[in-house]
Amino acid sequence: MMVSLLRNQRVRNTLLQVLYVGSLAAMILACVMIARRNLAQQGITSGFDFLFKSTGWDVNFSLLPATANDPYWWFVLIGVINTLFLGCTGLILATIVGTIVGLARTSSNELARLLGRTYVDIFRNIPLILQVFFWYAVITHLPTPRAAHEAFGILLTSRGLYVPVPNVGGVAFAAAFLAVIAAIALPVWLGRTTRLSQPPGERLGIQLTAAATALASAVIILALGRLPDLPLLDFPALQGLNLKGGLRIPPEFSALAIAIAIYGGSYIAEIVRGGFKAVGKGQMEAALSLGLSPWRVFTLVRLPLALRAMLPILANQYVWLMKATTMGIAVGFTDFFMIVALTINHSGQTLEAIGILMAGFLAINLSLAAAFNRINKTIALKGNQLRG
Amino acid sequence: MEMVIVAPPAPGKLEDLRRRFFATPLQALLSLISLAIMAFVLWKLLNWAVFSAVFTTSGGPEACQAAAGACWSVIAARWRIILFGLYPFEEQWRSALACVAVVVMTVLSCIPAFWTGRRIALVWGAGTALYYVLMKGGVLGLPYVGEEAWGGLALTLFIFVTTCLIGFPLAICLALLRRSELPWISRTTGLIIDGVRSLPLISILFTFAVVLPFALPQWMAGDKLYRVILGSALFFSAYQAEIVRGGMQGVPKGQEEAAMALGMSYWQRIGRILLPQAMRNALPATINQFVISFKETSLVVIVGFFEILASGNAAYGTGEWRFAYVEVYAFIALIYFVFVFSLSRYGAYLERRMSVGER
Repeated sequence: MMVSLLRNQRVRNTLLQVLYVGSLAAMILACVMIARRNLAQQGITSGFDFLFKSTGWDVNFSLLPATANDPYWWFVLIGVINTLFLGCTGLILATIVGTIVGLARTSSNELARLLGRTYVDIFRNIPLILQVFFWYAVITHLPTPRAAHEAFGILLTSRGLYVPVPNVGGVAFAAAFLAVIAAIALPVWLGRTTRLSQPPGERLGIQLTAAATALASAVIILALGRLPDLPLLDFPALQGLNLKGGLRIPPEFSALAIAIAIYGGSYIAEIVRGGFKAVGKGQMEAALSLGLSPWRVFTLVRLPLALRAMLPILANQYVWLMKATTMGIAVGFTDFFMIVALTINHSGQTLEAIGILMAGFLAINLSLAAAFNRINKTIALKGNQLRG
Repeated sequence: MEMVIVAPPAPGKLEDLRRRFFATPLQALLSLISLAIMAFVLWKLLNWAVFSAVFTTSGGPEACQAAAGACWSVIAARWRIILFGLYPFEEQWRSALACVAVVVMTVLSCIPAFWTGRRIALVWGAGTALYYVLMKGGVLGLPYVGEEAWGGLALTLFIFVTTCLIGFPLAICLALLRRSELPWISRTTGLIIDGVRSLPLISILFTFAVVLPFALPQWMAGDKLYRVILGSALFFSAYQAEIVRGGMQGVPKGQEEAAMALGMSYWQRIGRILLPQAMRNALPATINQFVISFKETSLVVIVGFFEILASGNAAYGTGEWRFAYVEVYAFIALIYFVFVFSLSRYGAYLERRMSVGER
């Protein structure tokens, strides 16, 4: 009976699947059980109640107000925001560096190509964490606040970078920031939506008006939100042994941002180069033979096509960049991962913290991927226009 | 009348230069800017690293710090700690020999004559065993040195080699499981692979180093070093499995069907038809993955290992050499660069060589 059942292909397949999934599930279950027992022996009860207890420790970098009395969930939120902030800063800087170097690599000038290639070869082949350590060491070895390097009101010191900030309330500042973004985004959006209904001359007028209105409202918001009896810009200045005023960018953050920009930039440069290489020669020749100027060939034909070729790979690179922010723990930047590690150290809620970590990164990765998929879909061309 | 077509005279050296770099005003500007950047960086670099640098230890740290250029004396004074970490001083020749064994092993596996499953397994098995015996000792009259004393470049290489050695077969297993026809097996494997890929390596290393001892029975926990290697191998295999799977998808379906029609068993089909062709397709991406994973071994410094980066931090961190951090990092960067650059150049060469038949 048993043997004849085993000879049946379907029975065997079901059995194999049950065995595989079952043994994996059993392994995970066993690990969780053992962990819970071990933790219980140390007096740690499982569950997410600890999230509402106060931490008793502090974070060194936060965009939100934080004290040692705040609960764990608040700190986890701060960690996520720090990770996103560092990730976005690194992403923007790396894209700028990568675009410049990538364009140099595809340029028709031999010397520019050589320069771009040297950059990529050097910085791609040195581990990111080594570059993080290096920049951190460079910044912390800068002179003390007393002997700071100064340029345009910006101070370079071993305690961080001090930049002047406008003396306005936080809400007004955020609103003005949004208005500036609108000034950039509105014309682009208007250009896309009114493309068919308006003649080009009128369209430009509408775009300019929209941008000017947004910028003007930013200026008005700043003027209204200005703190009374203070100069418009708050310059950092020496007071005693320390610096007062201005905005301090801690060395941890700048080291990470610089390293991610340089290292990520070398990868993005290769993606940019690949994107331009993917544009068929025929496209360019066709555009040139239509009598378009080199600049218009670039902006109207090569760039849009190359952008579409790069975007899927670029999306992967951005997801990678977000994960690279976890290097923060090497220099003590309180990113999401470091907060989770500190939580494990201080509260002992190991399993829950690891669960939060996994869920957090899954959410970040999936939403980034979803956003890029949408962009990809909206700008995708019908047919196969890259070739030819 | 006879027409003679005369080729225009070959451009002279100067004319050639003008055409290449100064054809249009814009080109000229671009050339000049690039040239200026190159000259500036090269001059600064040479001046710092060679002309005003100090190379001997005779003056001690004080004379070195006073110099305007690089202070290579820190490397002369501390190279042993950077390369070998805390390995006992009299035994460091073993550490050096072990590094050589790993390098020889890597070079051998780059030669096409070794690209059969058995030979490559033999080379890597023998190389790793040789490394292990040399480092650990306890046999053949070599004094015993525990893993906690391993460090520097030797430890970095060990982590890299064992990661690949465990990760590669695991990757092939995962790839095969993922393309299984049984839906639950392929789905579960897919979940594992995608889950690992969505996490940063540091969090996996941290979990394996710090959290896992809680979740395993005492006898299974093992040494922290081997747990971390296991974690990094898991991470490597999740990425490599996707590369192998991509290679398998590139093998025409008819190949496997023909093998089936000939009556070959599953393992024969996999071992003799599918994998050899899939590995060939996947080779460039595989080398790229090796390059990435070599760079990523440096992350173990975060979970507290004394690999080359940590030993570099220690080399300048103590007292008198505090100022010489740039030199130490430059030295370590150079070591990484030599390994990674030659491996990636080899990958590019291989890609060119293999695409010859397809053009």
